[in-house]
Amino acid sequence: MATGTADTTTGAARAASPTTRRVQASLARRRAAETRFRLLGLAAVIVGLGLVALLFATILTRGLPAFWQATLTLEVFVDPEIVDVPPAPERSAFANQAEYEEAFLGWQTALARTNWGRVLRNALLAYLPPEAADSGRAVEGLIASNERFELRALVQEDPGLIGETIVFQGLADANVDVWVKGNIDRSLPDDRLPLTSDQRAWIELLLEQGVLTQEFASALLFNVDSRSSPASAGLAGAFVGSLFMMLIVIVLSVPIGVAAAIYLEEFAPRNRFTDFIEVNINNLAAVPSIVFGLLGAAVFINWFRLPLSAPLVGGLVLTLMTLPTIIIATRSTLRAIPPSIRQAAIGLGASKVQTVAHHVLPLAIPGILTGAIIGVAQALGETAPLLLIGMSAFVAQIPTSPMDSSTALPVQIYLWQGNELRNFFEARTSAAIIVLLALLLSLNTLAIILRKRFEKRW
Amino acid sequence: MNTVWLAIIVLVAMGFAYRFGTQASRRAAVASASKLHSLPGHYGMLVALWLGIPALAVILLFALFGDAVVRSLVMGALPADVLALPQAELLTVMQRIQALASGFGVLGEPAAYEVSAAERLRTLQTTRDLALVAGVAAAAAAGLVFALRRISPSLRARNEVETVVRTLLIACSTVAILTTVGIVLSLVGETLRFFSYVSPIDFFFGTVWNPRFVTVGAGSADGYGLLPLLWGTVLIAAIAMLVSLPVGLMIAIYMAEYAPARLRAVAKPLIEILAGIPTIVYGFFALTIAGPALSNAGALVGLDIRATSALTAGVVMGIMIIPFISSLSDDIITQVPRTMRDGSLGLGATRSETIKRVVLPAALPGIVGAFLLAVSRAIGETMIVVLAAGNAPVLQPNPFESVSTVTVTIVKQLTGDIDFASPQSLVAFALGLTLFVLTLGLNVLALYIVRRFREQYE
Repeated sequence: MATGTADTTTGAARAASPTTRRVQASLARRRAAETRFRLLGLAAVIVGLGLVALLFATILTRGLPAFWQATLTLEVFVDPEIVDVPPAPERSAFANQAEYEEAFLGWQTALARTNWGRVLRNALLAYLPPEAADSGRAVEGLIASNERFELRALVQEDPGLIGETIVFQGLADANVDVWVKGNIDRSLPDDRLPLTSDQRAWIELLLEQGVLTQEFASALLFNVDSRSSPASAGLAGAFVGSLFMMLIVIVLSVPIGVAAAIYLEEFAPRNRFTDFIEVNINNLAAVPSIVFGLLGAAVFINWFRLPLSAPLVGGLVLTLMTLPTIIIATRSTLRAIPPSIRQAAIGLGASKVQTVAHHVLPLAIPGILTGAIIGVAQALGETAPLLLIGMSAFVAQIPTSPMDSSTALPVQIYLWQGNELRNFFEARTSAAIIVLLALLLSLNTLAIILRKRFEKRW
Repeated sequence: MNTVWLAIIVLVAMGFAYRFGTQASRRAAVASASKLHSLPGHYGMLVALWLGIPALAVILLFALFGDAVVRSLVMGALPADVLALPQAELLTVMQRIQALASGFGVLGEPAAYEVSAAERLRTLQTTRDLALVAGVAAAAAAGLVFALRRISPSLRARNEVETVVRTLLIACSTVAILTTVGIVLSLVGETLRFFSYVSPIDFFFGTVWNPRFVTVGAGSADGYGLLPLLWGTVLIAAIAMLVSLPVGLMIAIYMAEYAPARLRAVAKPLIEILAGIPTIVYGFFALTIAGPALSNAGALVGLDIRATSALTAGVVMGIMIIPFISSLSDDIITQVPRTMRDGSLGLGATRSETIKRVVLPAALPGIVGAFLLAVSRAIGETMIVVLAAGNAPVLQPNPFESVSTVTVTIVKQLTGDIDFASPQSLVAFALGLTLFVLTLGLNVLALYIVRRFREQYE
């Protein structure tokens, strides 16, 4: 606009004073500078958007393939000669629960002593050339080692399967998965490859027969973490741990945070005490998360003797960390509600509490919900404080209560990225990240929808 | 579980109490033919509170101390030679007694004293449960009767209920203070204990970080120097700011001054996605993508860059901070009054000249505040550095080499088993305190600057 006016005046005063000429000469330079500056800004925006795209593109390209996993579909004959166990004990035959469980444990031990690996190996050998029978260990190496226990669990559930032939779908070993997906340099010398040349030939054979296929990796979502059998490692335990923590965070931090915000915004007199609380909250919001982890380690674990690695402790730590976020969000929502509404209520004889409970709070609910969801999403992605309260321990069970040992989704990502089986776990970690990001994105989308839907502009 | 059900019953009873109170107040009003001081609902709430608070207090008392009392009573009745057993064996005995009492049974023939103790435990547990129910019922009934008898038209029920609500709100807002107090006390307490092993001078001015494993008391105090860690922290934060400040500021300027509304509506939330991504994801990105990429890029121009280095961690942390700087600066730039821009444009300045000479100088204090907040973020950031900085706590100036930071060392010293009696663990708290003081100082300064700036234009 400014340059536009300059154009018309220069037209009238062409070839006039030397000042005009100097201005005119400088115009080109200034316009160029303007364009440069503007392009610089645009470039920055493009860089920003490019980084978002890069981040998501790399995570997706690395992680998505891990949602499909090399799986063997075998016809397994549950050979009674190998699976040689007595019938399962009955509860009615024993005096009390303890003795029955002892006997049942004995039966389970007999099942566990069975060489399930051999059952699976025999099944696999049916698809392989006869000379493969000489190197049984290598054949068994094609199957994820946890699948033995899966088969055992099937038979334990239904002992009638002994002597039958069943169709069993089991995961292939992690190295097989890596090989099939081509995530390993196939030109490496033989001694540096994780699979022998025999095994590689068998893989081709199994692929041709359609025994080895890529199936949806339900193990990733529904299994617990596993050390001995990387191919079956999953996120279920971490997911439940995170769920417990988020429940604790929601139950504690939302009511406390909203109540604190209401007090500070609607009731608190302006004095030293409330100023002090305000300064406190603002500072807590900016305290590094790891300091909350130290607080958790010193207070909850050292003083209160709460168990290490428990979602309860993690939830409490994350609650303290999320509180300032929720308080600040709620306060700004309350502040945006026009005073006229409060004045009208008070003018009609309502008390302060009635005004807030009946008029201000209902109007603030969408804003409060948005703030709460964002706070919870932040807590869901937090890792550092959890490492300090022992949540990085290896846990191979789904926690059943907030007092059990457990990990959390982000901590599981941290644990997996450090696994030595790099070729396999890089994709698996990316897949776990996709799961975490999907959860966070849906939470944030929910917050945005709520805001768009109910937001009022006064 | 019993306690939970009881609490639910109390809550239901509170609902009934509310109705009794409401009806009683109406009757009282009719009987005395005068107007109630408060709404009937307030009388109802008052009665409900009088019923609920004592009953819930009884439940809480039993939940806290009930088990301990029963346990000590059972232990007291055990024979002396059993009590003389070591702690671990005594625990086993107690578990066996519990198994007997619950009807689960134990293996083999239980000892006579076990049977009698189990019998005792069972009676005590029954007594406790009965006492709990009786206590709760008595407390609830007493409260209910007392409150109902108080009801009269002149009773200021609204005021009393609102006092309770207010107290609750104040209690919630003091949680923030308690958190700060907890952080300060736990950090300072453990730090003082650390300083009983290592002198503060050695810690704050030591140039070597190499805490070896030493047994308590006999340990040498060397190797606890803070400076290498602090240097790594500062180096990484500086690189992060070098990346994020120009990009973030240019994005803010473009968004606030140039971008058409539609681009702004799309691009701003997209860039802010970067702020919502968990830091562990950035850490993984740095480790698997950014690190190798930077290393290869360095090799092209003849620089020897390690894949895990201060540069990698700094650059990725910079990416993380971009949205932080851009959205804060955007807010501040849009707050600069329109009139100042119009004045400058009216005098013939181009837009970029207006921005550089008028808008930015006016917004400078706010931008400095945002900058300081971002620095405090960078200093406290943990997961990116844990994964991507390489963890080499050495004082050396080369940003292409591995470094270590305060946060990484806290994680390293406190992961796994926490032993609150060794300097190896306690040093984490001293480091945490350093971090807390640093970030607190930066935050207070930043908030002060931002607040000064706001007052200027409001």
